[in-house]
Amino acid sequence: MITAADCTAGAVSAEERFRYLLRLADTSLVLGQRLSGWVGHAPTLEEDLALGNITLDLIGQARLLLAYAGQVEGRGRDEDQLAFLRDAPEFFNVTLAEQPNGDFGQTIVRQALLDAWQVELYHSLIGSTDEQLANIAAKAMKECRYHWRFSCGWLVRLGDGTEESHARVQAALDGLWRFTGELLTPDALDAHMASHGIAPPLAVIRSRWEARVTAALEEATLRQPPPAYFPWLGKRGVHSEHLGQLLTEMQHLQRLHPGATW
Amino acid sequence: MNEDWALYEVFIRARSGLEHKHVGSLHAADARMALEHARDTYTRRQEGVSIWVVRSSDIVASDPQEAEALFEPARDKVYRHPTFYSIPEDVKNI
Repeated sequence: MITAADCTAGAVSAEERFRYLLRLADTSLVLGQRLSGWVGHAPTLEEDLALGNITLDLIGQARLLLAYAGQVEGRGRDEDQLAFLRDAPEFFNVTLAEQPNGDFGQTIVRQALLDAWQVELYHSLIGSTDEQLANIAAKAMKECRYHWRFSCGWLVRLGDGTEESHARVQAALDGLWRFTGELLTPDALDAHMASHGIAPPLAVIRSRWEARVTAALEEATLRQPPPAYFPWLGKRGVHSEHLGQLLTEMQHLQRLHPGATW
Repeated sequence: MNEDWALYEVFIRARSGLEHKHVGSLHAADARMALEHARDTYTRRQEGVSIWVVRSSDIVASDPQEAEALFEPARDKVYRHPTFYSIPEDVKNI
């Protein structure tokens, strides 16, 4: 684990940059894998395609970020090896991304909270001093803006919909809200990246995220839960049992037949 | 769910300067959702640069029963076709 003491040194080490890239990559990868669970099961054919499109965007982002992370690491691992041959403690996605799909309302709440975060984060990362990361962010930002449009639209529809839809998304929001602290509170690695202009200060992301989410929740007539203390877990590699189950399914083929291609 | 959702017709413009063409239909709760569904259903392979959607119920259509009266009179007026002109090579999209 990278501690505050490791991060006080001047330059950014390859290990630190690698670790930070994995936070971004794994969040997109795990969220994409989660969403893919809806393919064939969405409420309508049109929503099925919409969720499938978002899935593919997210996995595309993960591929670019993992490929770059592999270069930075310098141990010859490509994006497939990083995706399929790491164990749960080596994943650094934020904890919110691995939460189960639940009903459609819960999926929408999880998606909206993360879309709002990714839009702001990638928007800022376009100005990163890391040129390759900036290029990936420029592509990802356009995708995430559409994702937000989709999830925010549904959040408002369901929140301001029927009594039942309102109750379901409110319950989902109350259940997932405690995971948002991790998105917005910097640990030593976040602060170190920000001090070198590689990533934006999370305080900036926090204020923009809160503005975006508060406005959406108001329009959706949803009650914003009180701020809850939540430590960094996922982005430090500490995960709920949900991630292990997700990886078991996602990595099954490569674990059984290492190196299999098609 | 779909009994609550209206049917929309979708028109896509493939490239700037071309016309919007009918590509199909879909169900949506309102116009905004219809546009998003059209984007996700019909432009996944870079088919378009612009989308129109219109509620199917807002389209006024000709009656198939009147097809004879409407269309057959044009059949013997071949001279209306501009087939006796040569088209300059520089003119595209005709």
